[in-house]
Amino acid sequence: MPTKNKVYWLAAFLFTVGVALFLFKAFWLGFPITPDDRSMIWNVEAKVSFQAQGEALKAVFFIPESTERLAIMDESFVSRGYGLNTVEKKHNRQAVWSIRQAKGTQTLYYRVVVMPIRAETPSIKSEKGKVSPHGFSGAQLNAAQSVLALVKAKSADQETLVLELIKRLNNPHPGNNLLLLMGKKPTQAKKAFLAAQILNLARIPARLNQGIQLIEDERKTQLQYWLQVYFVKTGWQNFNIRTGEKISSSDFLTWKNGAGPLINLKGGTKPQIHFSLSANLESALGTAITGSKKTRQQLIRFSLLSLPLSTQQVYRVLLLVPLGAFVLIIMRNLVGVATFGTFMPVLIALSFRETKLLGGILLFSLVVAMGLAVRLYMERLKLLAVPRLAAVLMVVIGLMAFLSVISNLLDFQAGLSVALFPMVILTMTIERMSIVWEERGPSGALKQGIGSIFCAGLAYLVMNLKLMEHLLFVFPELLLILLAATLLLGRYSGFRLSELRRFKVLTKGN
Amino acid sequence: MFTLIKALNQKGVLGINRRNAQYTLWHNKRSLYPLVDDKLRTKELALKAGIRVPELYGVLEVSGQVGSMSDLVAEHSDFVIKPAHGSGGEGILVIIGRSKDRFRTASGALLHQEQVQHHVHEALSGLFSLGGQPDKVIIEYRVQVDPVFQGISYQGVPDIRVIVFWGVPVMAMVRLPTSLSGGKANLHQGAIGAGVDLAGGKTLTAVWRNEVVSEHPDTGNSVENVAIPGWSDLLQIAAGASELTGLGYLGVDLVLDKNLGPMVLEMNARPGLNIQIANRAGLLARLQKVENSISTLTGLEQRVEFAQHNFASEL
Repeated sequence: MPTKNKVYWLAAFLFTVGVALFLFKAFWLGFPITPDDRSMIWNVEAKVSFQAQGEALKAVFFIPESTERLAIMDESFVSRGYGLNTVEKKHNRQAVWSIRQAKGTQTLYYRVVVMPIRAETPSIKSEKGKVSPHGFSGAQLNAAQSVLALVKAKSADQETLVLELIKRLNNPHPGNNLLLLMGKKPTQAKKAFLAAQILNLARIPARLNQGIQLIEDERKTQLQYWLQVYFVKTGWQNFNIRTGEKISSSDFLTWKNGAGPLINLKGGTKPQIHFSLSANLESALGTAITGSKKTRQQLIRFSLLSLPLSTQQVYRVLLLVPLGAFVLIIMRNLVGVATFGTFMPVLIALSFRETKLLGGILLFSLVVAMGLAVRLYMERLKLLAVPRLAAVLMVVIGLMAFLSVISNLLDFQAGLSVALFPMVILTMTIERMSIVWEERGPSGALKQGIGSIFCAGLAYLVMNLKLMEHLLFVFPELLLILLAATLLLGRYSGFRLSELRRFKVLTKGN
Repeated sequence: MFTLIKALNQKGVLGINRRNAQYTLWHNKRSLYPLVDDKLRTKELALKAGIRVPELYGVLEVSGQVGSMSDLVAEHSDFVIKPAHGSGGEGILVIIGRSKDRFRTASGALLHQEQVQHHVHEALSGLFSLGGQPDKVIIEYRVQVDPVFQGISYQGVPDIRVIVFWGVPVMAMVRLPTSLSGGKANLHQGAIGAGVDLAGGKTLTAVWRNEVVSEHPDTGNSVENVAIPGWSDLLQIAAGASELTGLGYLGVDLVLDKNLGPMVLEMNARPGLNIQIANRAGLLARLQKVENSISTLTGLEQRVEFAQHNFASEL
C-alpha cells in the first residue's frame, strides 16, 4: 500500500531532520541541553503605560543600578518620539522621558540584563549601616515604643526581632498600637515603611526598598517590598515584608530604595507598570562555543530567543501542548482510556500548572460535580439544547466565582486559581458527562470522568518537567521528532491494552 | 500479556485501531458517509433499488412543523419517531398505541402530546445527532415483531446486524432488547447480542453486557439455536444494500416484520466490534479471506454463497 509507505518515509524524514538539527545545535553550537541555574543571566523588562492628556509630558521612572551582588550588563529603552535622560540621585537612578505633546495610551519599555555575582567574599566592602531618624512623635511615638517593647520581649536576637515584627505587622488582628500606626487596611508599602521606622527607633539601621525577585515564576514577577536591615556581622539583609522570607541580594533586583511610587507623571494619568522576567539563555550559551560565532548569532536571530520576553513566556507554555497531546495519543490509542473530548485533558493539564496537581484535581472534581448536579436537575426542566448549555455555562462561572470567594475566606490560595480553568471546556465536559450519565448510568460517566482526570494528571506531570520545558523551548525542532512519532502512531493497528481484557473471552475454548 | 496478544492474533480478532486504520479509513470514502449517517437518505437509496424499508409517514425539518405532527400520524395508531442522524439508537421514541389524547410508548408510559412534541424539538435541535448539529426527524412505520423473536425479546424489536465487506457478508448477530436496554436493540444500552451462523442462520452464543449468556434475562427463554427464517434472502438483501452505498466496510441493520418480511432499517459505516464476542470468532481472519478472493467473486449470489460456505460457525 503506497500511502502506508509514504507515512513511514515522511516520519523518517522528519525524525532525521529533527535529530540532526538538535545534535547540531546541542553539540556544534553548544546550546545547553539541561536548564542550568548557575550561570543564569536575567532579562528583565518593565512595560510602563499611561494615558497622555494631549499636552507636554514628563515621566520620571526609577530604574535599577548595579550593586556589589548584581551587575547590570546591558540596558535599553524603547520609547519612540520621547526624549530620554538618565539621572543619578543619591540612592537611586531615574529615567526621565519627555515629549512636547502626546495623546492617548502611551507605552514605554525599559529592558535590563543583569548578572548575579556569587563570589564567596564580596570584593567591595559593603556599605556601613547608619540609623536614620525614626520620625515618630506624640501618641505615635508612645504606640511605636510599646510595639517595640512587645516585640523585644518575644525575641532573642536582632534577626528574631525582625521576624517577630513582620509577623505582628501581618497579623489580621495587630492590636491597638499597630492599628493606630498603620491604619485599618495598610498596604505592603506602608507596612515596610513602618517596620523600618520602628527598627530605627530601636537604633537598628533599617530601610525599605522595592524591587522584583529574580525567579522563574510568573506570579512572583511583580513589585515586592523588602525590608533591609543592617547586621553588624553580615551587613545588609533583605526580608520579604509579607512572608518574612530572607533573600540574598543577588536574587533580588532593587528598583527603588525607599517608599513612594516608581513613576511620577506630569501631563499623564493612570500609570501602570508590568514586569516580566526570563532567564537569558542566549548569554548562558557563551560558555561552550565550539562552532563559528556568526552561525550562532544568525541562528539565534531566527529562533524563539529573539522574541520579546512576554511572547517567549507564551511559547514556553504553547510548546508544551504538543507534548500533552502526545501523552493523550498514547493513553487513548495504545492504552484505551476513555476521556471526555479529545484534547480536554490537555487543557485541564495546562490549568493544573497554576493550581498544582492535588489542588487542581480537587477543584476540577468539585466544579464538575456541582455542575453535574445542576445539569441533571435541568434535565427535568426539559430545556432545548443551546439554552441549556448556556445555562450550565452561567452556573459554572457562578460556581467558580463562589469557590474563589470561599477559598479566599478560608485563606486557601490554590482555590483562587480556579478561575484559570477553561470554563467552556468545563461546560462541555459537564454536558457530555450528564448525557453519558443518563444513557449508560453513573458508572459509565464516572469511568470516563476518572479517565479524563487521570490523563490530565499524567499530561501535567510530563508537561511540568523542567527539562521538557527547557528542551522544547531551546530546541523547538524536537517537535519534528514528536510529529514523526505521532504520524507513526497514526498508523498503529495493534490492540489497545483495554481491548485485551475486552476480547480475552475469545481466546478461551468453546 | 504477549501470549494474550498472540492468542488474539491467532484467532483473527479485529481491534479498534486496526478497524480504523485498515478498514474504515481505507475502504470507506468520507464523502459517502452522509448516505448512511442520514437515515432519510439511506431510506431513499434503498427504495430506489427496490429494497424494502419501513414506510415513511412524514419528515419534520424545522421546529415550526412540529405542530403539524398530529396530521401526519392521524391515520396511524402506532409509529416510530427517530432523529435522522441519531447514533447508537439514541432519541428513538416508539409509540405503540393511543389512549384518548395520550400516546402509549413501548415501555408502557403514557405521554401527553406536549411531551412527544418536546422530544421532537430536542431531536431537531441536535441533541441526539453526532456533533450536535441541527437534525431532521423521521416518523415511520412501526415494525411488528416476527413470532420467531417473540419469546426472546423485551418490548422492542430485535434487529439483525450483518457486517458486509465489499458485498460479502462476513459476520452477523441478532440484537435482542431487554428491560435493561429499555426495549432498544443496542448493545451499549444493555441489549443482548447473539451471534448467527452465516451458513444456516441459527443463533449461536450470546453476549450480554460483557458476559456470555444462553437465556434471555427477562423471559428466560433460550437465545441459542434459534433459526432465523429466510436467512439466505436476508444475507442477499444486506449484501445488495451495501452495494448501493459504495462503502466497502459496513454494518447493515435488518428487521424481520411479522407481515412484511425482511426490511433494511439503517446502515453504519463504523460498526462496533462486540459482534466478535457474540460469535466467538475474529473478524480479521474473515476479512483477510475476503481480501484474498474478492477478485474472483463477481455476482451478488456468488458472494453470499462464498460467505455461507466459508464463514460457517466452528462452534
